[in-house]
Amino acid sequence: MSDVTAESRVAIASQRQLIWWRFRKHKLALVSATIVLLFYLVAAFADTIAYSAPFDTEAARSYIPPQPIHWFDAEGHFRPHVFALKGKRDPRTFKLAYAPDPSEPRDLVLFGHGYGYKLFGLFPTDRHLLGVSNGRPQDALFLLGTDQLGRDVFSRLVLATQTSLTIGLVGVTLSLLLGILLGGISGLYGGWLDLGIQRLIEILRSIPTIPLWMGLAAAVPNTWSSQKVYFAITIIISLIGWTELARVVRGRFLALREEDFITAAELCGASRMRIIFKHMVPSFLSHIIAAVSLALPAMIISETTLSFLGLGLRPPAISWGVLLQDAQNLQTLGLAPWLLVVALPVIVVILAFNFLGDGLRDAADPYG
Amino acid sequence: MADPILSIRDLHTYFFADEGVVRAVDGTSFDLYAGQTLGIVGESGCGKSVTARSILRIVDRPGRIVSGEILLRRADGSVTDMVKLPADGREARAIRGGEIGLVFQEPMSSLSAFHTIGNQLIEAVRLHAPLSKKQARARAIELLAMVGIPRPEQRVDAYSFELSGGLRQRVMVALALAGEPRVLIADEPTTALDVTTQAQILELIRSLQRDRDLAVILITHDMGVIAEMADDVVVMYLGKEVEKGPVDAIFHAPLHPYTRALLRSIPNVLAEPREKLATIAGSIPHPFARPRGCPFHPRCTEAIQGLCDVAFPETFDVGAQQAAACHLLNKPAA
Amino acid sequence: MSTVLDVRSLRKLFPIRSGLLSRVSGHVKAVDDVSFTIDSGETLSLVGESGCGKTTTSRCILRAIAPTSGEILFQGQDVAKLERRELRPLRRQMQMIFQDPFSSLNPRMTISEIIGEPLLVNGMTDTAERNARVAELLELVQLPSAYLNRFPHAFSGGQRQRIGIARALALHPSLIVADEPVSALDVSVQAQIVNLMIELQDRLGLAMLFVAHDLSVVKHVSHRVAVMYVGRIVEIAPTKALFASPGHPYTEALLSAVPVPDPRRRASRIVLEGDVADPSNPPSGCHFHPRCRYATDRCKVETPPLVEIAPGHAVRCLRADEISLKGVDGGHTTN
Repeated sequence: MSDVTAESRVAIASQRQLIWWRFRKHKLALVSATIVLLFYLVAAFADTIAYSAPFDTEAARSYIPPQPIHWFDAEGHFRPHVFALKGKRDPRTFKLAYAPDPSEPRDLVLFGHGYGYKLFGLFPTDRHLLGVSNGRPQDALFLLGTDQLGRDVFSRLVLATQTSLTIGLVGVTLSLLLGILLGGISGLYGGWLDLGIQRLIEILRSIPTIPLWMGLAAAVPNTWSSQKVYFAITIIISLIGWTELARVVRGRFLALREEDFITAAELCGASRMRIIFKHMVPSFLSHIIAAVSLALPAMIISETTLSFLGLGLRPPAISWGVLLQDAQNLQTLGLAPWLLVVALPVIVVILAFNFLGDGLRDAADPYG
Repeated sequence: MADPILSIRDLHTYFFADEGVVRAVDGTSFDLYAGQTLGIVGESGCGKSVTARSILRIVDRPGRIVSGEILLRRADGSVTDMVKLPADGREARAIRGGEIGLVFQEPMSSLSAFHTIGNQLIEAVRLHAPLSKKQARARAIELLAMVGIPRPEQRVDAYSFELSGGLRQRVMVALALAGEPRVLIADEPTTALDVTTQAQILELIRSLQRDRDLAVILITHDMGVIAEMADDVVVMYLGKEVEKGPVDAIFHAPLHPYTRALLRSIPNVLAEPREKLATIAGSIPHPFARPRGCPFHPRCTEAIQGLCDVAFPETFDVGAQQAAACHLLNKPAA
Repeated sequence: MSTVLDVRSLRKLFPIRSGLLSRVSGHVKAVDDVSFTIDSGETLSLVGESGCGKTTTSRCILRAIAPTSGEILFQGQDVAKLERRELRPLRRQMQMIFQDPFSSLNPRMTISEIIGEPLLVNGMTDTAERNARVAELLELVQLPSAYLNRFPHAFSGGQRQRIGIARALALHPSLIVADEPVSALDVSVQAQIVNLMIELQDRLGLAMLFVAHDLSVVKHVSHRVAVMYVGRIVEIAPTKALFASPGHPYTEALLSAVPVPDPRRRASRIVLEGDVADPSNPPSGCHFHPRCRYATDRCKVETPPLVEIAPGHAVRCLRADEISLKGVDGGHTTN
């Protein structure tokens, strides 16, 4: 009996359900989807998750190594706390060295007070996911240590995640719009338009990317605010990124134009708009989603590369690339290896996106 | 009759997919003799192509031979069980393209577009005979001439896409003959071709068989081609061998209801215009949903309730050479 | 009977482009001076080997491609000359049944949406009314109406072909173009679809253009047959006459090449030499002369006209009245 119900369930399953059923089987892609989702949650609530103001410099706190959280107090009760740091001068080198002071425990609290910010840019608040019971968090909490200027690495990393992931998202949206528009025109109308667009794509793709970026980035005036630079960089990245998507869209349009069910719709008198939006677009939507999930990591890498080379976002803006630039110096690395932790989210996110894209692509064609 | 060149004994080839096990070939047995053509006929999903691939040990994953014997009588008289050879081993590879030649359905995808047909032939020739490049080239031209390709000295340097479908299929036959096989397996060799080209290729296979005493396994869905070419016929349905026998008996005294129904439903050039066909009800079940008992029973007009839908019938011999797997043959008298 | 379709001197040339600037360097005469008529209730089969122009002819009639010259009179109007917008009401009257049962149905739509689409886009916006008509059409092609909400992937090739037929019939067309509708199906299913098409045509009085390469199927479905070779009709005749006494050597060879499903009829066949001529560079005179065993020197230079040798039986051969050709015997079927 269960066989029969299973069969009729499949029979009336829509394309979307079939894709989901197939995607579900792809365990790695499912895990990757969760990871990607978590990262975007971090990006959305970046200021809440950070606990120290990212630009709050303090020479005295330079290069503090990561400080662990102590979960139990001396009596063995669960009571997460950290120790306040006390600076001591080394009597021989006169170098200021910080050490945790066990006599001054600071309890960790959830949703404690910290620096002020606007949640989603709208609601002013000073609550943060983590805080300390007494004193300012930036004096006691150093989950991933500090950099040369005494800024908290964890907080900066969280805010960098926000920048880098949104730049990818905005970049992909822009290139998607361009790609669908130009690819669609190319595939639907053909002829000279198609020829022109294809040549343009080929020319854009044949230019080595790094020199192109360098040229474009050099054209961004030094005097621009970091917000303006952010948008300029997004546009530069998507100007190159759209070509791949345009090709996917064009290819799908060309393939679909030959499909018999499109001819059948034409023969029964369906309008051009109906054919495009009822028959063609739904047919390649899943391919587009897969292509996007593969294009996103490329965007993120582009931004990171540009910023790492000093051509993209520049301090005081924070992004993965900017943070990695701080870790560029060998001497710094010897002194503060924890600065390299930035590389970790980059690798994890890129891998997760690639697995997710592969899974989506496989699932998108339930008959392939 | 002489000993068979190839004997298949109770061959089972299954595909282990995520969705379940597909019993693509489920207990096939037949003998193949030199100079004879064995036709394997059936509709999609019947396992005829998997049978051929099993014999050559080129079953794609997740499929594998589960049990059975594929006994090949070698030129020296010894008998090798192909099932026991490692599929990618030296011996299996020497037999493929050596003692057993193969012609596929789609000549375009079976020939490389990057090498001239001559180079592909030379490679095949030298794989199975210690010839110099020059000798092999001469042999390649000889092979092209043998399969009826005009101007073989020039065509040897052509690429496959420069040839018509019919000529490509001739090149495929030449390739299959490069290793001097004694057995030729032709899997739907004319399905992609037009009728007049089909007639040419069938005639070619027939004349080569006559000249070289080849044993041919001809796999097709076309009963007309079977009637034209085969000496003996195996009829398959959903992985099961339902009937086998000499071609005349299969066409004029079929035993199995499926064979009978299939023959009635073929369109015929001898029919009256606008004459309706006898039909077989329903459609071929999905391989994952093979019916219990006899796989044909849901479409069979003579099915016996409580028997055909429960147990797969054993094979009953009728006469010396014909046999069918059908409960109807299990008469009290027999 | 009334004439539904009247094709006169249809021509379709495809330009051959070459070089960087895609200059036109020649033409392929895909369809070359093709004329025929189809009456209501009648099936005309267009047969020939790949590249003979039969599919191009059918696409021209549906105006899926624009013909180069000639007239296509459909219910008195010339389809070849109409603008796209003027074409729309006429197009509803001519529908198509496709070869590939898999690509002809949109996998993202349910059966009721697929069959209902022609109704919807032609103004039947009431869902209940449309569903009732869809159910009626499903019954016509012998599918249970319980399948309405299923998606195409749940159906076998034969069932999909039935759905395609139901869609084609939705708008009460007067002409159906069927392009190899059974060649992708298994034998046991093919018979069902052939019978269904014969039945439906008798019931609805449709005119049908049946494009096929399989002569045995053609024998079962058609009233008349036109044989094409390299863009030209070489013979057109009532089915029985064409099979029993072909007038063109190419028809004779085609008939002879069809394998008959009877091992006792292993006749010696006429095996044609060489390949079908290249339509971009066809032989002079009669296109068939290099492969014809009856050809004379005259055939190399003179293009034969289509001449009537019996009522309704026309042949494009210079020697049509000199040679006597062998057909296939009718009268009985083998079982």
